[in-house]
Amino acid sequence: MPLIREIDYGTPESRSEAMVTLTVDGREVTVPEGTSIMRASMEAGIEVPKLCATDMMDAFGSCRLCLVEIDGRNGTPASCTTPVAPGLVVRTQTERLKQIRRGVMELYISDHPLDCLTCAANGDCELQDMAGAVGLRDVRYGYEGENHIRARNNGEANPHWTPKDESNPYFAYDPSKCIVCSRCVRACEEVQGTFALTIEGRGFESRVSAGMHELFIDSECVSCGACVQACPTATLIEKSVIDIGQPEHSVVTTCAYCGVGCSFKAEMRGEELVRMVPWKDGKANRGHSCVKGRFAYGYSTHRDRILNPMIREKITDPWREVTWEEAYAHAASEFRRIQYQYGRDSIGGITSSRCTNEETYLVQKLVRAGFGNNNVDTCARVCHSPTGYGLGQAFGTSAGTQDFDSVEETDVVIIIGANPTDAHPVFGSRLKKRLRQGAKLIVIDPRRIELVSSPHIKAAHHLPLRPGTNVAVITALAHVIVTEGLSDERFIRERCDWAEFEDWAAFVSDPRYSPEATEALTGVPAEAVREAARLFATGGNGSIYYGLGVTEHSQGSTAVMAIANLAMVTGNIGRPGVGVNPLRGQNNVQGSCDMGSFPHELPGYRHISDDATRDVFEKMWGVTLNPEPGLRINNMLDAAVEGSFMGLYIQGEDILQSDPDTKHVSAGLAAMECVVVQDLFLNETARYAHVFLPGSTFLEKDGTFTNAERRINRVRRVMTPRNGFADWQVTQDLARAMGIDWNYSHPSEIMDEIAATTPSFANVSYDYLEEMGSVQWPCNDTHPQGSPIMHVDGFVRGKGKFIRTEYIATDEKTGPRFPLLLTTGRILSQYNVGAQTRRTDNVAWHAEDRLEIHPHDAENRGIRDGDWVRLASRSGETTLRALVTDRVATGVVYTTFHHPDTQANVITTDFSDWATNCPEFKVTAVQVAPSNGPSDWQLEYEDLSRKTRRIAGKLEAAE
Amino acid sequence: MNVHATGGDVGKRSLSIIDALRELEGPLLPILHEIQAEFGHIPQESLPVIARELNLSRAEVHGVVTFYHDFRQQPAGRHVLKLCRAEACQSMGGDAVAERVKAMLGIDFHETTGDGAVTLEPVYCLGLCSCAPSAMLDGAVHGRLDPARAQALVEEARR
Repeated sequence: MPLIREIDYGTPESRSEAMVTLTVDGREVTVPEGTSIMRASMEAGIEVPKLCATDMMDAFGSCRLCLVEIDGRNGTPASCTTPVAPGLVVRTQTERLKQIRRGVMELYISDHPLDCLTCAANGDCELQDMAGAVGLRDVRYGYEGENHIRARNNGEANPHWTPKDESNPYFAYDPSKCIVCSRCVRACEEVQGTFALTIEGRGFESRVSAGMHELFIDSECVSCGACVQACPTATLIEKSVIDIGQPEHSVVTTCAYCGVGCSFKAEMRGEELVRMVPWKDGKANRGHSCVKGRFAYGYSTHRDRILNPMIREKITDPWREVTWEEAYAHAASEFRRIQYQYGRDSIGGITSSRCTNEETYLVQKLVRAGFGNNNVDTCARVCHSPTGYGLGQAFGTSAGTQDFDSVEETDVVIIIGANPTDAHPVFGSRLKKRLRQGAKLIVIDPRRIELVSSPHIKAAHHLPLRPGTNVAVITALAHVIVTEGLSDERFIRERCDWAEFEDWAAFVSDPRYSPEATEALTGVPAEAVREAARLFATGGNGSIYYGLGVTEHSQGSTAVMAIANLAMVTGNIGRPGVGVNPLRGQNNVQGSCDMGSFPHELPGYRHISDDATRDVFEKMWGVTLNPEPGLRINNMLDAAVEGSFMGLYIQGEDILQSDPDTKHVSAGLAAMECVVVQDLFLNETARYAHVFLPGSTFLEKDGTFTNAERRINRVRRVMTPRNGFADWQVTQDLARAMGIDWNYSHPSEIMDEIAATTPSFANVSYDYLEEMGSVQWPCNDTHPQGSPIMHVDGFVRGKGKFIRTEYIATDEKTGPRFPLLLTTGRILSQYNVGAQTRRTDNVAWHAEDRLEIHPHDAENRGIRDGDWVRLASRSGETTLRALVTDRVATGVVYTTFHHPDTQANVITTDFSDWATNCPEFKVTAVQVAPSNGPSDWQLEYEDLSRKTRRIAGKLEAAE
Repeated sequence: MNVHATGGDVGKRSLSIIDALRELEGPLLPILHEIQAEFGHIPQESLPVIARELNLSRAEVHGVVTFYHDFRQQPAGRHVLKLCRAEACQSMGGDAVAERVKAMLGIDFHETTGDGAVTLEPVYCLGLCSCAPSAMLDGAVHGRLDPARAQALVEEARR
């Protein structure tokens, strides 16, 4: 596959439906009204020289290179800023234009170093290309005058010269190569929405500045890479390109971090990854990226990766490297032994939301068809299982209703329990763009997240509720809408069950649910709730985006239903710009749920007790399936402690670190007789493992990921697996060792099996994905192109279902011993338990977890910013450093969970969602006190960690 | 006046200026002018405060401040003498006047005398071309300068 060079049309696409025809260089071209002459020319295949224009940003008109002549008009207008008009006759190349362009290029080059041969952008430099395009042969001004190029001129310090800024771990800024086209500044503003860059000074003194003439690392820069991508020269360039050189081929693939599912071009030189560049045709990201997807892939070649299988008898034994055959044989015989000794239901598996659909499908198939039980679960249990349940109940499908493009048409957005600028950054940028265009925002979050107030963004309302009171607040919003007559009655009568609506309306109208009545418990001023409700009900297209701040509660499922009610009562379902949008945490958490990872559901969310569905799989797999749902993760752990569950196959999930109540998890794992962990690294869970099977990264395998908008994106292998095998091959070989006859030779065959058995994937195949780029399920004969928006003409379940959402306070309550509420979240530069991002230079931004605490609470306890504090709950205690900030309200503390030595989940309790057992990560009563060292748990854990990570016998290298 | 203010104080005083002007349409420039009037320059510590209060980024405020030469990043001397360096004044002997003034003050453009009395700056047209060469001392314009009148102006400034 050659290097993909995307066409740069110079200015963004016009959305107008009116078409305009004009002539460019004798060629007739028809384009939408509002298109620039530059873009129209490119559509006709004519490339007008340009430097400051790029189609990711609006036209700027500063480089004066794209001038054209138009018959009947004076002068030489810039083609980027001049819109098309009917009948225009445009000439892009005349004697006059040639002269002007050469003159302009001479000026640029007179203040640009002539080091092309040793320049990192050599071969990928638009300035170089334009010098060639305009036929630059001479620079009459010479190079001796004032310049930004040399540190010293004739022995004297050059006041215009600025040294390179290499503070960002991933890219360098060399001001001496800058042509001040402002593309980076505009990319930061228009695409990313951070506004971290500016042009400082004026005239000849103009230079790009990060923040207030700061180093990039100290500035507001979030390292999304948009500026680097926009830079036409080597001024802003990836350090990897400086180190390696220009790539020679590229492969389009999908990012393996969050649920946005950005498409990237993996640009390669041989099998070495040179850089990841966001792909403009990617429908989730539209050419944008964040610091994780763009830069944080170094973990894939990190020395911590385990590349050989290992086994051991006891977890206190050192690991022993073995051949794959020995590892499979050991795991298989142990699993069979355990089943013989403790019964068929005594083993199970955990699928990974980080792995592909095909791999996930195989693991659940191994459990159901191979182990002969339904003991399969996935990490969605601890994040979005309430979404699956709640939306399934209300609408009939367990997924978000929109595509990400929908945000471009929304007018009022509710963000609840989500922090998109940190956890779903590319969606965050797309949302910010819409907000800058005038859409209104309501944030419901205990913390003042960035979207509440940041450059050019101001939430209309921030409802800083007390953690655990989502249901009360959302129901209060519904109360206002119903009692103030703001319901969309026409929509409800047409689309929902009217009797259920009446019952629900009567329920929410009860004065007990009014904002005034709930203020005391939610902490949100009643008037703010009323105003927010009115805005959402009357402000046009209303959309709701939510995250784990909704689901990870004892009332997670209820809150999801309350959100569904709110969307239905305001008629905000079934068209672009509206909808209910769960922001899925992991790259393939949607897919892992779709693939039947839950103990009660076969692929496509069909209950295991359904005879017809079971029949489909029994015929395909040639086995008899158990109609009884299996155990959930926490039930497996309980059963392990009780002695009835003894073996577990865990693919790509670190349950010890990511699941609540770490002590409970470790007790469960410790009680098991055979724990098989398949992962990139010796993760925390692997401390309790007996067999370790090395995993492969997303760069090393083929497959598909399904993102938060139900989009099935291709993952393509760009390099040979360092461990030798893709994860699906490992699962297949393990199955074979257990005597199961599987013969998949490529993931496409697994997808064909999924399509054959699962109606919502019926028309999906690798060939079709190749043709379409990506599709959103359902993709079948009814929706051959896939389904960007769901529930367009009616709900999947028929009539939309209003469900009463009684607020029941969690049992986790503050009291004199634990007076503060802890809630948890993520930060931009780190990802989940940090297994990957901690092994990249992203630690430059977030080297440790910090405890955010309000200045009042800090002062009461004598805690200063940066002090070590002891964080204790009823479950356990840990220590970390404090960050004193008013981002959190008094009475609330907040931390991230990216670092294993912090172990925030030692603190969290085992309370969970009533319907799905999704743990209550977001509310824990805690106390905070000054401390001077690690807790007993941390010391004990460190000791254990040392003991359980020893690797003795290394295998000789195969060659 | 040459005022050196401490960090916390700058923040507080900046905030009260911002509060008084934030409702204006396009409040950034009026705020910067007031801040300069208050502190004699635009203290770097006030930039993040302005950025936060106006929902701008630090970079944007920095970009605006550095674009206008009249916004000072350091305090000026007690008096500011601006000599016009534009075409009309140059053609009427402005260069000689400038050299004379520099020699008398012992400083170059953009510098302040050691005693903090005078800051010397070039300016590109005071709109007083008919009376070239011209200058401005603390906001008052002076025309038809020659070395002698320039000397008088400098002496006045040094007092």
